[in-house]
Amino acid sequence: MIAFLAKRLAVGFATLLASSVIVFFVLEVLPGDPARIMLGMNASPETLAALRLEMGLDRPIPIRYLDWIMGLAIGDFGRSYTYSSTVMDLILERLGVSLPLAVIALTLSTLIAIPVGVFAAARRGRAADTITMGAAQVGVAIPNFWFALLLIYVFAVGLRLVPAGGFPGWGETLADNWQALKALILPAVALALPQAAILARVTRSAMVDVMGEDYIRTARAKGMPHRTVLWRHALRNALIPVLTIMGLQFAFLLAGTIIIENVFYLPGLGRLIFQAIIQRDLIVVEGVLMLLVATIILINLAVDICYALIDPRLRLSR
Amino acid sequence: MSLLEIENLSLSIGDVPILKNIELSIAPGEVMGIVGESGSGKSLTALAIMKLLPEGTMARGRVTFDGIDILSAPEPSMCRLRGDDIGMVFQEPMTALNPVKTIGEQVAEGIRWHTGARRADAEKRARAMLDRVGLPESKVPLSRYPHELSGGQRQRVVIAIACALRPKLLIADEPTTALDVVLQAQILELLRDLVQENRMSLLLISHDLAVVAEMADRITIMRRGAVIETGDTTRVLTRQAHPYTRQLAEASAHVPARAAAAAPPAAEPLLEVRDVVRDYPLRRRSLLARPGKFRAVDGVSFSLRAGQSIALVGRSGCGKSTLARMILALDRPTSGTIRFMGEDIATRANDALRPARRNMQVVFQDPYGSFNPRHKAERLVAEPLHLLDEPLSKAERRTLVAETLEQVGLSAADMDKYPHEFSGGQRQRLSIARAIITKPKLIIADEPVSALDVSIRAQILDLFADLNARLNLAYLFITHDLTAARAITDTVLVMHEGRIVETGPTETVLRHPASDVARTLVAAAPNLAQALETRQRRLANAEGSFGLPFDPHTS
Repeated sequence: MIAFLAKRLAVGFATLLASSVIVFFVLEVLPGDPARIMLGMNASPETLAALRLEMGLDRPIPIRYLDWIMGLAIGDFGRSYTYSSTVMDLILERLGVSLPLAVIALTLSTLIAIPVGVFAAARRGRAADTITMGAAQVGVAIPNFWFALLLIYVFAVGLRLVPAGGFPGWGETLADNWQALKALILPAVALALPQAAILARVTRSAMVDVMGEDYIRTARAKGMPHRTVLWRHALRNALIPVLTIMGLQFAFLLAGTIIIENVFYLPGLGRLIFQAIIQRDLIVVEGVLMLLVATIILINLAVDICYALIDPRLRLSR
Repeated sequence: MSLLEIENLSLSIGDVPILKNIELSIAPGEVMGIVGESGSGKSLTALAIMKLLPEGTMARGRVTFDGIDILSAPEPSMCRLRGDDIGMVFQEPMTALNPVKTIGEQVAEGIRWHTGARRADAEKRARAMLDRVGLPESKVPLSRYPHELSGGQRQRVVIAIACALRPKLLIADEPTTALDVVLQAQILELLRDLVQENRMSLLLISHDLAVVAEMADRITIMRRGAVIETGDTTRVLTRQAHPYTRQLAEASAHVPARAAAAAPPAAEPLLEVRDVVRDYPLRRRSLLARPGKFRAVDGVSFSLRAGQSIALVGRSGCGKSTLARMILALDRPTSGTIRFMGEDIATRANDALRPARRNMQVVFQDPYGSFNPRHKAERLVAEPLHLLDEPLSKAERRTLVAETLEQVGLSAADMDKYPHEFSGGQRQRLSIARAIITKPKLIIADEPVSALDVSIRAQILDLFADLNARLNLAYLFITHDLTAARAITDTVLVMHEGRIVETGPTETVLRHPASDVARTLVAAAPNLAQALETRQRRLANAEGSFGLPFDPHTS
């Protein structure tokens, strides 16, 4: 197991290095000079040259890459061109919103999806199955911003249970943190619903496959009731595809949530990267991208470890 | 009084009738055999007793087990019955166990469920049961997972699960069909002992008349969802009163009429295998240790002349399929040479193998799995034609496919059908057509008849014999089934742990096996005539001491 982890970490590190090259060079080669965007179209060539010199943009690209990558190695992501702050601080601040949001959304979606999927699989072909899977189909199809607006209308405007948008920030006291958490509830629900719908469908089809396996018949022949067989024998075997989808969903929830962030005025990673791209704040874009690559590598590693925990056949073979 | 009484049982799925008025009874301690070809309804009869029928199945009639009316029993009382009073063993040991649970958990689970025993007690009983079925603690601890066991060991675990609570009735549905003959003999012996020890009744389902003849007190022959004949095993099988019973018995001992090994020894052998070795690397034990190796094929040499037919027999895992893969140039030997039509194929590049591949084709065990279900027969059979140097025109290709289909006993019109429109036997004909379309000199057949019903098996064996005579095809027959080997080969190679341990004319080796391996194989092979002889001898002894045997079931 330790050898397996060491090998996977080494591969992950190599992947990270390779993606850093791609991220950096692609962004630097794309047209659009950050210095010119900062100064506007009417700036004089001298001012531009001076700013380029100050930002280090006059140096050759490979040198700048080395400089950047050495910085990353010691946790220095550089300074943003547009915000008067280091990239690291920006990312950490935004992660304070995006990470809890992603975790809450994924937890919600899993808690909904797995029971629903198992329920539908157990009643395959009957009315309950058709209705739940029809509902899941609707859940996949609904645009999440529309669902978010509906949630705001009902729970924030109508019932006044939670704020309609904005994020007060995490605080010192319990009350502060409760307020912050409350601000994340609606966005998390809005994000979780379509994910839950997808995950429920995956769970159902994996369960239906597993229920046709010979060992399910063996378990039934032992005298185990249908329900017990479902949860004790089938679910664990059906979890592999479910976990794969969950890994992909977590990566998406961390940075692909710009629409929901905009609907709820949340300062998350999605908006940070969006604004940075518009403003050619390349160093921020690069920093966030590297963080996402690293996260995805770690998620995949975690998913692989979970595979091995679930299925003993995957433990020794790698 | 009978333990199990099936009266007038009919099953249907939708409007399609599956079982028709089945009558069957089993007395306590009795072994009842059900014999029938695939689709005869024997498995569904078993599932009806367990009330584990597929969804949408309608059952009528009466199934009484130990005074309980099964068909009208509510699910919770069926759950109490299954695994406690009725145990079941299935055909496919490789998939019958849950891959993510240890065998200890899986054996103990039923014990805990039915007796309410604590985990530790249940595991103790599970341990004892596994010891009893031949899986001692030292070799197979409870913490093993199914994938760490061999097929035979897994089937023992399944038997342990089924017998853990000493059921009154054990149902075994083709329990040995997926195993090689030696394992089959061991598993059957285990079942027989367990049944006797615990005075269980056994319902043994098999397509193999010989297996049932060895095991069963009484036999029921089924065909197309109906009972054809039932009665005392010896009586049914010696009298063969019903034509279908006779047909089954003849088919299972069928030997095609074939001309004796004709071709005089040619100067140049068609295939020559010299000192072939194949090693597979094992997993490293640590980063620094050198990986060990597993020798699958160990110094094998033999040669095959044009038109000659050789059987390669051995138990599963003996290396026969690895050897076949190397002869087919799908895998390369670690050392040694393989010469086909005078050319060394072991070292050739893939492109240079085209002439060899054209002259050497393969027939696999599972006819269905070896066809792409979305292609029509024409395309499937024409597949090897890409090996020709000159591509054929569309019309030429159709003519050739039509000719080939007729050669294997299909018709030219079958060309436009899809694989699922053929029966199992026809599909095997289709794969033989695919193999002979390039007019090869050698056919390698990997267990070509072991997935087929006896009557179809006999027809396919005839076809092989016929093609051998007409096209002067040479065969390398890979099998663990000695009757099939006897039917169509002149020479037999017995393989064990990667080595050829015995070679000789097929009849001689099978009649007077010299090596232990060959002796074990021959002794384990089920044999209808022998089984009946033993039975009659036993019966004669019994008559001597008790007078005429009283058999309440034969009418």
